Amino acid sequence: MTTEQLKLKGVGTPATRVYGLMALVALGWVLLGGLIFTPEDAVQGDAVRIMYVHVPTAWVAYLAFIVTGVASACWMIGKKHSLGFDRVAGASAEVGVVFMGMTLLSGSLWGRITWGTFWVWDPRLTTTAFMFVTYIGYLAVRGLGGTAQQRARRSSVIALLAVLEIPLVHFSVVMWRSLHQRATVLSPDGDIKMDGLMLFTLLFGVFGFSVLFAWLVSHRQRIMAMQDAQQTSALDVAVSERLNEARA
Amino acid sequence: MSMSVSRIARAVAAKDLRIELRSRVVSNQVLPFSGLVMIMFAFALDNDDVLQRVAGGLVWLATLFSLFILVQRTFAVETYDGALDSLRVAGVNPQGIFIGKSVALFVQLLVLESVLFIAAIVLYRVNVNGAGAVLLVTCVMCATAGLAFVGTLYGGLTAGARGRETLLPLLLLPVVAPVLICATRATESAFRSSGVTVGEGWPWVAVLAVFAAVFGLGGLLSFGSLIEE
Amino acid sequence: MNHAAFVFTTYGVTFGVIIGLVVYTVKQGRNLSRKVADKDKPWT
Repeated sequence: MTTEQLKLKGVGTPATRVYGLMALVALGWVLLGGLIFTPEDAVQGDAVRIMYVHVPTAWVAYLAFIVTGVASACWMIGKKHSLGFDRVAGASAEVGVVFMGMTLLSGSLWGRITWGTFWVWDPRLTTTAFMFVTYIGYLAVRGLGGTAQQRARRSSVIALLAVLEIPLVHFSVVMWRSLHQRATVLSPDGDIKMDGLMLFTLLFGVFGFSVLFAWLVSHRQRIMAMQDAQQTSALDVAVSERLNEARA
Repeated sequence: MSMSVSRIARAVAAKDLRIELRSRVVSNQVLPFSGLVMIMFAFALDNDDVLQRVAGGLVWLATLFSLFILVQRTFAVETYDGALDSLRVAGVNPQGIFIGKSVALFVQLLVLESVLFIAAIVLYRVNVNGAGAVLLVTCVMCATAGLAFVGTLYGGLTAGARGRETLLPLLLLPVVAPVLICATRATESAFRSSGVTVGEGWPWVAVLAVFAAVFGLGGLLSFGSLIEE
Repeated sequence: MNHAAFVFTTYGVTFGVIIGLVVYTVKQGRNLSRKVADKDKPWT
Protein backbone atom coordinates (compact mmCIF):
# COMPACT_ATOMS: atom_id res chain seq x y z
CA MET A 1 0.00 0.00 0.00
CA THR A 2 1.49 3.36 -0.98
CA THR A 3 1.75 6.29 1.35
CA GLU A 4 -0.79 8.11 -0.78
CA GLN A 5 -3.35 5.43 -0.19
CA LEU A 6 -2.49 5.33 3.48
CA LYS A 7 -3.04 9.05 3.80
CA LEU A 8 -6.44 8.83 2.24
CA LYS A 9 -7.66 5.95 4.36
CA GLY A 10 -7.92 6.88 8.01
CA VAL A 11 -5.97 6.57 11.21
CA GLY A 12 -4.42 3.19 10.55
CA THR A 13 -0.71 2.72 10.06
CA PRO A 14 1.19 -0.45 9.13
CA ALA A 15 1.88 -1.12 12.81
CA THR A 16 -1.74 -0.85 13.87
CA ARG A 17 -2.83 -3.04 10.99
CA VAL A 18 -0.50 -5.77 12.24
CA TYR A 19 -1.83 -5.87 15.72
CA GLY A 20 -5.36 -5.28 14.52
CA LEU A 21 -4.99 -8.50 12.61
CA MET A 22 -3.52 -10.29 15.61
CA ALA A 23 -6.46 -9.17 17.72
CA LEU A 24 -8.88 -10.35 15.05
CA VAL A 25 -7.32 -13.80 14.96
CA ALA A 26 -7.24 -14.13 18.74
CA LEU A 27 -10.83 -12.99 19.11
CA GLY A 28 -11.93 -15.35 16.39
CA TRP A 29 -10.34 -18.16 18.31
CA VAL A 30 -12.03 -17.13 21.54
CA LEU A 31 -15.38 -17.11 19.77
CA LEU A 32 -14.95 -20.53 18.22
CA GLY A 33 -13.01 -22.08 21.04
CA GLY A 34 -15.17 -20.65 23.75
CA LEU A 35 -18.45 -21.68 22.21
CA ILE A 36 -17.56 -24.90 20.39
CA PHE A 37 -14.16 -26.51 20.87
CA THR A 38 -13.64 -26.32 24.60
CA PRO A 39 -15.33 -28.86 26.86
CA GLU A 40 -17.71 -27.90 29.61
CA ASP A 41 -16.34 -27.61 33.10
CA ALA A 42 -16.75 -30.47 35.56
CA VAL A 43 -18.27 -28.19 38.17
CA GLN A 44 -19.67 -25.15 36.39
CA GLY A 45 -20.90 -26.83 33.23
CA ASP A 46 -21.34 -24.51 30.28
CA ALA A 47 -21.21 -21.45 32.52
CA VAL A 48 -17.43 -21.60 32.24
CA ARG A 49 -17.76 -20.43 28.62
CA ILE A 50 -18.70 -17.02 29.92
CA MET A 51 -15.31 -16.90 31.64
CA TYR A 52 -13.46 -16.89 28.31
CA VAL A 53 -15.02 -13.53 27.66
CA HIS A 54 -15.46 -12.20 31.19
CA VAL A 55 -11.87 -12.60 32.36
CA PRO A 56 -10.28 -10.87 29.34
CA THR A 57 -12.71 -7.94 29.45
CA ALA A 58 -12.11 -7.55 33.18
CA TRP A 59 -8.38 -7.63 32.60
CA VAL A 60 -8.63 -4.98 29.88
CA ALA A 61 -10.85 -2.80 32.09
CA TYR A 62 -8.27 -2.82 34.89
CA LEU A 63 -5.43 -2.36 32.42
CA ALA A 64 -7.20 0.65 30.94
CA PHE A 65 -7.56 2.15 34.40
CA ILE A 66 -3.84 1.72 35.04
CA VAL A 67 -2.94 3.16 31.63
CA THR A 68 -5.12 6.21 32.31
CA GLY A 69 -3.39 6.72 35.64
CA VAL A 70 0.11 6.30 34.25
CA ALA A 71 -0.57 8.50 31.21
CA SER A 72 -2.03 11.18 33.48
CA ALA A 73 1.07 11.03 35.66
CA CYS A 74 3.29 11.26 32.55
CA TRP A 75 1.40 14.34 31.39
CA MET A 76 1.77 15.97 34.76
CA ILE A 77 5.44 15.17 35.27
CA GLY A 78 6.72 16.06 31.81
CA LYS A 79 7.89 19.66 31.47
CA LYS A 80 6.35 20.02 28.03
CA HIS A 81 3.01 18.66 29.22
CA SER A 82 2.76 16.79 25.95
CA LEU A 83 -0.89 16.43 25.02
CA GLY A 84 -0.30 12.99 23.57
CA PHE A 85 -0.27 11.59 27.11
CA ASP A 86 -3.54 13.29 27.91
CA ARG A 87 -5.14 11.85 24.80
CA VAL A 88 -3.95 8.35 25.65
CA ALA A 89 -5.39 8.78 29.14
CA GLY A 90 -8.73 9.85 27.72
CA ALA A 91 -8.84 7.19 25.01
CA SER A 92 -7.93 4.52 27.53
CA ALA A 93 -10.70 5.65 29.87
CA GLU A 94 -13.28 5.54 27.08
CA VAL A 95 -12.31 2.02 26.12
CA GLY A 96 -12.10 1.05 29.79
CA VAL A 97 -15.63 2.20 30.55
CA VAL A 98 -17.02 0.08 27.73
CA PHE A 99 -15.08 -2.99 28.78
CA MET A 100 -15.95 -2.50 32.41
CA GLY A 101 -19.63 -2.36 31.49
CA MET A 102 -19.29 -5.60 29.55
CA THR A 103 -17.42 -7.17 32.45
CA LEU A 104 -20.18 -6.30 34.90
CA LEU A 105 -22.78 -7.72 32.51
CA SER A 106 -21.00 -10.99 31.81
CA GLY A 107 -20.13 -11.35 35.48
CA SER A 108 -23.76 -10.89 36.50
CA LEU A 109 -24.91 -13.50 34.05
CA TRP A 110 -22.25 -15.91 35.25
CA GLY A 111 -23.19 -15.20 38.85
CA ARG A 112 -26.85 -15.85 38.12
CA ILE A 113 -25.94 -19.35 36.98
CA THR A 114 -23.35 -20.30 39.56
CA TRP A 115 -24.28 -18.28 42.64
CA GLY A 116 -27.97 -17.95 41.92
CA THR A 117 -27.95 -14.14 42.05
CA PHE A 118 -27.05 -11.37 39.61
CA TRP A 119 -25.11 -9.51 42.26
CA VAL A 120 -23.24 -10.07 45.50
CA TRP A 121 -21.60 -7.43 47.65
CA ASP A 122 -18.14 -8.90 47.57
CA PRO A 123 -15.02 -6.71 47.32
CA ARG A 124 -14.06 -7.34 43.73
CA LEU A 125 -17.53 -6.78 42.32
CA THR A 126 -18.24 -3.75 44.47
CA THR A 127 -14.91 -2.13 43.68
CA THR A 128 -15.46 -2.80 39.98
CA ALA A 129 -18.84 -1.10 40.14
CA PHE A 130 -17.16 1.86 41.81
CA MET A 131 -14.42 1.98 39.22
CA PHE A 132 -17.12 2.03 36.55
CA VAL A 133 -18.84 5.04 38.10
CA THR A 134 -15.50 6.75 38.73
CA TYR A 135 -14.56 6.33 35.05
CA ILE A 136 -17.86 7.88 34.04
CA GLY A 137 -17.11 10.82 36.32
CA TYR A 138 -13.65 11.13 34.78
CA LEU A 139 -15.12 11.22 31.29
CA ALA A 140 -17.64 13.82 32.42
CA VAL A 141 -14.78 15.99 33.68
CA ARG A 142 -13.06 15.62 30.31
CA GLY A 143 -16.22 16.92 28.70
CA LEU A 144 -16.25 20.16 30.69
CA GLY A 145 -14.82 22.15 27.82
CA GLY A 146 -12.04 24.69 27.57
CA THR A 147 -8.68 24.32 25.89
CA ALA A 148 -6.92 21.00 25.52
CA GLN A 149 -4.38 21.92 28.20
CA GLN A 150 -7.14 22.87 30.66
CA ARG A 151 -8.85 19.56 29.98
CA ALA A 152 -5.54 17.75 30.46
CA ARG A 153 -4.85 19.45 33.76
CA ARG A 154 -8.28 18.80 35.27
CA SER A 155 -8.56 15.23 34.13
CA SER A 156 -5.04 14.25 35.15
CA VAL A 157 -5.72 15.43 38.70
CA ILE A 158 -9.03 13.57 38.78
CA ALA A 159 -7.37 10.43 37.39
CA LEU A 160 -4.61 10.50 39.98
CA LEU A 161 -7.09 11.11 42.80
CA ALA A 162 -9.04 8.14 41.49
CA VAL A 163 -5.87 6.03 41.71
CA LEU A 164 -5.72 6.98 45.40
CA GLU A 165 -9.41 6.48 45.96
CA ILE A 166 -9.99 3.08 44.36
CA PRO A 167 -7.64 1.15 46.68
CA LEU A 168 -9.33 2.84 49.63
CA VAL A 169 -12.73 1.77 48.36
CA HIS A 170 -11.47 -1.73 47.76
CA PHE A 171 -9.87 -1.98 51.17
CA SER A 172 -13.00 -0.74 52.88
CA VAL A 173 -15.15 -3.25 51.07
CA VAL A 174 -12.69 -6.09 51.81
CA MET A 175 -12.96 -5.23 55.46
CA TRP A 176 -16.69 -5.20 55.01
CA ARG A 177 -17.11 -8.62 53.37
CA SER A 178 -15.47 -11.21 51.16
CA LEU A 179 -16.86 -13.84 48.82
CA HIS A 180 -15.44 -13.69 45.27
CA GLN A 181 -14.46 -16.80 43.36
CA ARG A 182 -10.99 -17.67 44.44
CA ALA A 183 -8.51 -17.64 41.54
CA THR A 184 -8.64 -21.05 39.89
CA VAL A 185 -5.83 -20.51 37.40
CA LEU A 186 -2.97 -19.92 39.81
CA SER A 187 -3.40 -21.55 43.18
CA PRO A 188 -0.82 -21.30 46.00
CA ASP A 189 0.68 -24.71 45.33
CA GLY A 190 1.25 -23.89 41.64
CA ASP A 191 -1.19 -26.42 40.17
CA ILE A 192 -3.04 -25.21 37.11
CA LYS A 193 -6.52 -26.50 37.67
CA MET A 194 -7.90 -25.93 34.21
CA ASP A 195 -7.86 -28.36 31.30
CA GLY A 196 -5.21 -27.53 28.66
CA LEU A 197 -7.46 -26.26 25.88
CA MET A 198 -9.58 -24.26 28.30
CA LEU A 199 -6.53 -22.62 29.79
CA PHE A 200 -5.14 -21.81 26.36
CA THR A 201 -8.42 -20.26 25.25
CA LEU A 202 -8.55 -18.17 28.39
CA LEU A 203 -4.98 -16.89 28.14
CA PHE A 204 -5.20 -16.38 24.38
CA GLY A 205 -8.33 -14.37 25.06
CA VAL A 206 -6.48 -12.19 27.56
CA PHE A 207 -3.74 -11.66 24.98
CA GLY A 208 -6.17 -10.98 22.17
CA PHE A 209 -8.27 -8.52 24.14
CA SER A 210 -5.12 -6.69 25.27
CA VAL A 211 -4.02 -6.28 21.66
CA LEU A 212 -7.53 -5.12 20.80
CA PHE A 213 -7.24 -2.57 23.60
CA ALA A 214 -3.98 -1.29 22.14
CA TRP A 215 -5.57 -1.01 18.69
CA LEU A 216 -8.60 0.85 20.03
CA VAL A 217 -6.56 3.27 22.14
CA SER A 218 -4.12 4.05 19.29
CA HIS A 219 -6.93 4.81 16.89
CA ARG A 220 -9.03 6.72 19.37
CA GLN A 221 -6.02 8.74 20.48
CA ARG A 222 -5.29 9.77 16.89
CA ILE A 223 -8.91 10.69 16.35
CA MET A 224 -8.75 12.92 19.44
CA ALA A 225 -5.59 14.55 18.05
CA MET A 226 -7.49 15.39 14.89
CA GLN A 227 -10.47 16.71 16.83
CA ASP A 228 -8.16 18.94 18.89
CA ALA A 229 -6.52 20.17 15.68
CA GLN A 230 -9.93 20.94 14.24
CA GLN A 231 -10.82 22.95 17.32
CA THR A 232 -7.56 24.91 17.12
CA SER A 233 -7.94 25.68 13.42
CA ALA A 234 -11.57 26.64 13.91
CA LEU A 235 -10.34 29.07 16.53
CA ASP A 236 -7.69 30.40 14.16
CA VAL A 237 -10.32 30.88 11.44
CA ALA A 238 -12.61 32.74 13.83
CA VAL A 239 -9.78 35.00 15.00
CA SER A 240 -8.72 35.89 11.47
CA GLU A 241 -12.34 36.57 10.51
CA ARG A 242 -12.67 39.00 13.41
CA LEU A 243 -9.40 40.67 12.41
CA ASN A 244 -10.61 41.04 8.84
CA GLU A 245 -13.85 42.53 10.05
CA ALA A 246 -11.90 45.04 12.13
CA ARG A 247 -9.77 46.03 9.15
CA ALA A 248 -12.71 46.37 6.75
CA MET B 1 3.24 41.26 50.72
CA SER B 2 3.18 37.48 50.73
CA MET B 3 1.30 35.86 53.53
CA SER B 4 2.12 32.54 55.09
CA VAL B 5 -0.10 29.61 54.34
CA SER B 6 -1.48 29.50 57.88
CA ARG B 7 -2.40 33.18 57.84
CA ILE B 8 -4.22 32.74 54.54
CA ALA B 9 -5.96 29.65 55.86
CA ARG B 10 -7.12 31.42 58.99
CA ALA B 11 -8.33 34.40 57.01
CA VAL B 12 -10.26 32.26 54.52
CA ALA B 13 -11.78 30.09 57.24
CA ALA B 14 -12.79 33.09 59.29
CA LYS B 15 -14.34 34.71 56.22
CA ASP B 16 -16.39 31.64 55.36
CA LEU B 17 -17.63 31.18 58.89
CA ARG B 18 -18.45 34.85 59.24
CA ILE B 19 -20.44 34.70 56.00
CA GLU B 20 -22.32 31.72 57.37
CA LEU B 21 -23.01 33.42 60.70
CA ARG B 22 -24.46 36.42 58.91
CA SER B 23 -26.43 34.63 56.20
CA ARG B 24 -27.44 31.63 58.29
CA VAL B 25 -27.87 29.41 55.26
CA VAL B 26 -26.64 26.31 57.08
CA SER B 27 -28.67 26.83 60.20
CA ASN B 28 -31.85 27.93 58.44
CA GLN B 29 -31.81 25.67 55.40
CA VAL B 30 -29.40 22.77 55.57
CA LEU B 31 -30.11 21.70 59.16
CA PRO B 32 -33.89 21.61 58.69
CA PHE B 33 -33.34 19.73 55.41
CA SER B 34 -31.22 17.08 57.07
CA GLY B 35 -33.66 16.81 59.97
CA LEU B 36 -36.40 16.22 57.44
CA VAL B 37 -34.31 13.54 55.76
CA MET B 38 -34.07 11.72 59.10
CA ILE B 39 -37.83 11.87 59.45
CA MET B 40 -38.33 10.68 55.88
CA PHE B 41 -36.17 7.66 56.61
CA ALA B 42 -38.54 6.78 59.43
CA PHE B 43 -41.52 7.05 57.07
CA ALA B 44 -39.83 4.85 54.50
CA LEU B 45 -38.51 2.18 56.84
CA ASP B 46 -41.53 2.04 59.11
CA ASN B 47 -40.09 -0.29 61.74
CA ASP B 48 -38.63 0.76 65.09
CA ASP B 49 -36.27 -2.18 65.37
CA VAL B 50 -34.93 -1.71 61.88
CA LEU B 51 -34.47 2.01 62.47
CA GLN B 52 -32.57 1.39 65.67
CA ARG B 53 -30.31 -1.09 63.92
CA VAL B 54 -29.55 1.06 60.89
CA ALA B 55 -29.45 4.38 62.71
CA GLY B 56 -25.69 4.74 62.19
CA GLY B 57 -25.99 4.37 58.44
CA LEU B 58 -28.91 6.77 58.23
CA VAL B 59 -27.04 9.52 60.06
CA TRP B 60 -24.11 9.27 57.65
CA LEU B 61 -26.37 9.07 54.60
CA ALA B 62 -28.15 12.23 55.70
CA THR B 63 -24.72 13.82 56.21
CA LEU B 64 -23.65 12.93 52.68
CA PHE B 65 -26.83 14.33 51.12
CA SER B 66 -26.32 17.56 52.98
CA LEU B 67 -22.62 17.57 52.06
CA PHE B 68 -23.45 18.37 48.44
CA ILE B 69 -25.43 21.41 49.47
CA LEU B 70 -22.72 22.58 51.87
CA VAL B 71 -19.97 22.18 49.29
CA GLN B 72 -21.88 23.97 46.59
CA ARG B 73 -22.65 26.71 49.09
CA THR B 74 -19.04 27.12 50.14
CA PHE B 75 -18.00 27.68 46.55
CA ALA B 76 -21.04 29.67 45.53
CA VAL B 77 -19.82 32.41 47.84
CA GLU B 78 -16.53 32.36 45.94
CA THR B 79 -17.83 32.38 42.41
CA TYR B 80 -20.62 34.85 42.98
CA ASP B 81 -18.46 37.93 42.50
CA GLY B 82 -15.53 36.10 41.02
CA ALA B 83 -13.94 36.16 44.44
CA LEU B 84 -11.98 32.96 43.94
CA ASP B 85 -10.59 34.21 40.66
CA SER B 86 -9.51 37.44 42.32
CA LEU B 87 -7.70 35.50 45.03
CA ARG B 88 -5.97 33.40 42.43
CA VAL B 89 -4.96 36.30 40.27
CA ALA B 90 -3.62 38.11 43.33
CA GLY B 91 -1.22 35.21 43.74
CA VAL B 92 -2.63 33.94 47.02
CA ASN B 93 -1.21 30.52 47.83
CA PRO B 94 -3.92 28.00 46.87
CA GLN B 95 -2.83 25.68 49.67
CA GLY B 96 -3.91 28.30 52.14
CA ILE B 97 -7.26 28.63 50.43
CA PHE B 98 -7.66 24.85 50.48
CA ILE B 99 -6.92 24.56 54.20
CA GLY B 100 -9.07 27.54 55.07
CA LYS B 101 -12.10 26.33 53.16
CA SER B 102 -11.64 22.79 54.50
CA VAL B 103 -11.61 24.08 58.06
CA ALA B 104 -14.76 26.11 57.50
CA LEU B 105 -16.47 23.14 55.87
CA PHE B 106 -15.29 20.93 58.75
CA VAL B 107 -16.92 23.21 61.30
CA GLN B 108 -20.19 23.36 59.38
CA LEU B 109 -20.21 19.58 59.00
CA LEU B 110 -19.61 19.10 62.72
CA VAL B 111 -22.60 21.26 63.54
CA LEU B 112 -24.69 19.30 61.06
CA GLU B 113 -23.60 15.93 62.41
CA SER B 114 -24.22 16.92 66.00
CA VAL B 115 -27.80 17.75 65.14
CA LEU B 116 -28.16 14.49 63.22
CA PHE B 117 -26.85 12.39 66.09
CA ILE B 118 -29.21 14.09 68.51
CA ALA B 119 -32.03 13.38 66.06
CA ALA B 120 -30.95 9.73 65.91
CA ILE B 121 -30.93 9.42 69.68
CA VAL B 122 -34.37 10.99 69.89
CA LEU B 123 -36.08 9.57 66.80
CA TYR B 124 -34.41 6.17 66.41
CA ARG B 125 -33.87 5.49 70.10
CA VAL B 126 -30.19 4.65 70.05
CA ASN B 127 -27.97 5.57 72.96
CA VAL B 128 -24.28 5.87 73.56
CA ASN B 129 -22.17 6.01 76.72
CA GLY B 130 -18.64 5.59 78.07
CA ALA B 131 -16.29 3.87 75.65
CA GLY B 132 -18.88 4.17 72.90
CA ALA B 133 -18.89 7.93 73.21
CA VAL B 134 -15.10 8.11 72.89
CA LEU B 135 -15.27 5.95 69.77
CA LEU B 136 -18.07 8.04 68.34
CA VAL B 137 -16.31 11.35 68.84
CA THR B 138 -13.08 10.05 67.30
CA CYS B 139 -15.00 8.56 64.41
CA VAL B 140 -16.82 11.81 63.78
CA MET B 141 -13.60 13.83 63.86
CA CYS B 142 -11.77 11.59 61.39
CA ALA B 143 -14.73 11.11 59.07
CA THR B 144 -15.56 14.80 59.02
CA ALA B 145 -11.97 15.75 58.28
CA GLY B 146 -12.01 13.40 55.29
CA LEU B 147 -15.32 14.74 54.05
CA ALA B 148 -14.16 18.33 54.45
CA PHE B 149 -10.98 17.74 52.44
CA VAL B 150 -12.74 15.81 49.69
CA GLY B 151 -15.63 18.26 49.53
CA THR B 152 -13.32 21.25 49.19
CA LEU B 153 -11.24 19.50 46.57
CA TYR B 154 -14.01 18.38 44.26
CA GLY B 155 -16.05 21.45 45.03
CA GLY B 156 -13.22 23.55 43.70
CA LEU B 157 -13.27 21.62 40.47
CA THR B 158 -17.00 21.80 39.91
CA ALA B 159 -17.54 25.36 41.07
CA GLY B 160 -18.67 28.10 38.78
CA ALA B 161 -19.37 27.31 35.17
CA ARG B 162 -22.78 26.15 34.06
CA GLY B 163 -23.22 22.42 33.87
CA ARG B 164 -20.50 21.83 36.41
CA GLU B 165 -22.40 21.89 39.68
CA THR B 166 -24.41 18.84 38.67
CA LEU B 167 -21.16 16.98 38.30
CA LEU B 168 -20.42 17.23 42.02
CA PRO B 169 -22.58 14.35 43.32
CA LEU B 170 -21.38 12.05 40.54
CA LEU B 171 -17.73 12.74 41.37
CA LEU B 172 -18.11 12.91 45.12
CA LEU B 173 -20.22 9.85 45.95
CA PRO B 174 -17.76 7.18 44.77
CA VAL B 175 -14.98 9.01 46.57
CA VAL B 176 -16.80 9.23 49.92
CA ALA B 177 -17.97 5.62 49.79
CA PRO B 178 -15.15 4.46 52.08
CA VAL B 179 -16.19 7.11 54.59
CA LEU B 180 -19.77 5.90 54.48
CA ILE B 181 -18.77 2.27 54.95
CA CYS B 182 -16.24 2.86 57.73
CA ALA B 183 -18.07 5.61 59.60
CA THR B 184 -21.27 3.59 59.62
CA ARG B 185 -19.55 0.48 60.98
CA ALA B 186 -17.77 2.50 63.66
CA THR B 187 -20.99 4.28 64.62
CA GLU B 188 -22.81 0.99 64.88
CA SER B 189 -20.10 -0.17 67.25
CA ALA B 190 -20.49 2.97 69.30
CA PHE B 191 -24.26 2.46 69.48
CA ARG B 192 -23.70 -1.21 70.23
CA SER B 193 -26.28 -2.03 67.52
CA SER B 194 -26.94 -5.70 66.81
CA GLY B 195 -24.54 -6.83 69.50
CA VAL B 196 -21.44 -5.27 67.96
CA THR B 197 -18.88 -4.38 70.59
CA VAL B 198 -17.21 -1.01 70.91
CA GLY B 199 -13.76 -2.56 70.41
CA GLU B 200 -14.67 -3.66 66.88
CA GLY B 201 -15.17 -0.06 65.84
CA TRP B 202 -11.59 1.13 66.15
CA PRO B 203 -10.15 -0.47 62.98
CA TRP B 204 -12.78 1.40 61.00
CA VAL B 205 -11.71 4.67 62.57
CA ALA B 206 -8.14 3.86 61.55
CA VAL B 207 -9.22 3.62 57.92
CA LEU B 208 -11.07 6.94 58.28
CA ALA B 209 -7.88 8.54 59.55
CA VAL B 210 -5.94 7.16 56.57
CA PHE B 211 -8.61 8.49 54.21
CA ALA B 212 -8.42 11.94 55.77
CA ALA B 213 -4.62 11.94 55.56
CA VAL B 214 -4.58 10.80 51.94
CA PHE B 215 -7.04 13.41 50.76
CA GLY B 216 -5.66 16.13 52.97
CA LEU B 217 -2.28 15.64 51.33
CA GLY B 218 -3.76 15.07 47.89
CA GLY B 219 -5.78 18.22 48.24
CA LEU B 220 -2.82 20.33 49.28
CA LEU B 221 -0.96 19.17 46.21
CA SER B 222 -3.73 19.46 43.65
CA PHE B 223 -6.11 22.22 44.73
CA GLY B 224 -4.05 24.82 42.92
CA SER B 225 -4.34 23.00 39.60
CA LEU B 226 -8.04 22.42 39.98
CA ILE B 227 -9.09 26.02 40.51
CA GLU B 228 -6.88 27.37 37.75
CA GLU B 229 -8.75 28.28 34.63
CA MET C 1 -25.57 -26.59 25.82
CA ASN C 2 -27.23 -25.76 29.12
CA HIS C 3 -27.57 -22.11 30.16
CA ALA C 4 -27.42 -21.41 26.42
CA ALA C 5 -29.34 -18.16 26.73
CA PHE C 6 -26.84 -16.73 29.22
CA VAL C 7 -23.79 -17.82 27.24
CA PHE C 8 -25.08 -16.54 23.93
CA THR C 9 -26.20 -13.25 25.46
CA THR C 10 -22.73 -12.74 26.89
CA TYR C 11 -20.95 -13.54 23.64
CA GLY C 12 -23.49 -11.62 21.60
CA VAL C 13 -23.24 -8.46 23.66
CA THR C 14 -19.45 -8.60 24.06
CA PHE C 15 -18.59 -9.26 20.44
CA GLY C 16 -21.40 -7.04 19.19
CA VAL C 17 -20.16 -4.11 21.24
CA ILE C 18 -16.56 -4.73 20.18
CA ILE C 19 -17.47 -4.90 16.51
CA GLY C 20 -19.60 -1.79 16.86
CA LEU C 21 -16.77 0.05 18.59
CA VAL C 22 -14.23 -0.95 15.95
CA VAL C 23 -16.51 0.02 13.05
CA TYR C 24 -17.36 3.34 14.71
CA THR C 25 -13.67 4.09 15.34
CA VAL C 26 -12.66 3.30 11.78
CA LYS C 27 -15.48 5.39 10.32
CA GLN C 28 -14.76 8.34 12.59
CA GLY C 29 -11.09 8.07 11.72
CA ARG C 30 -11.78 8.17 8.02
CA ASN C 31 -14.26 11.05 8.27
CA LEU C 32 -11.89 13.22 10.25
CA SER C 33 -8.92 12.22 8.15
CA ARG C 34 -10.57 13.79 5.15
CA LYS C 35 -11.15 17.10 6.93
CA VAL C 36 -7.88 17.57 8.78
CA ALA C 37 -4.62 18.70 7.18
CA ASP C 38 -1.76 16.23 7.00
CA LYS C 39 0.53 18.34 9.15
CA ASP C 40 -1.76 17.64 12.09
CA LYS C 41 -1.31 13.90 11.69
CA PRO C 42 2.05 13.02 13.21
CA TRP C 43 1.60 9.33 12.52
CA THR C 44 1.68 9.66 8.71
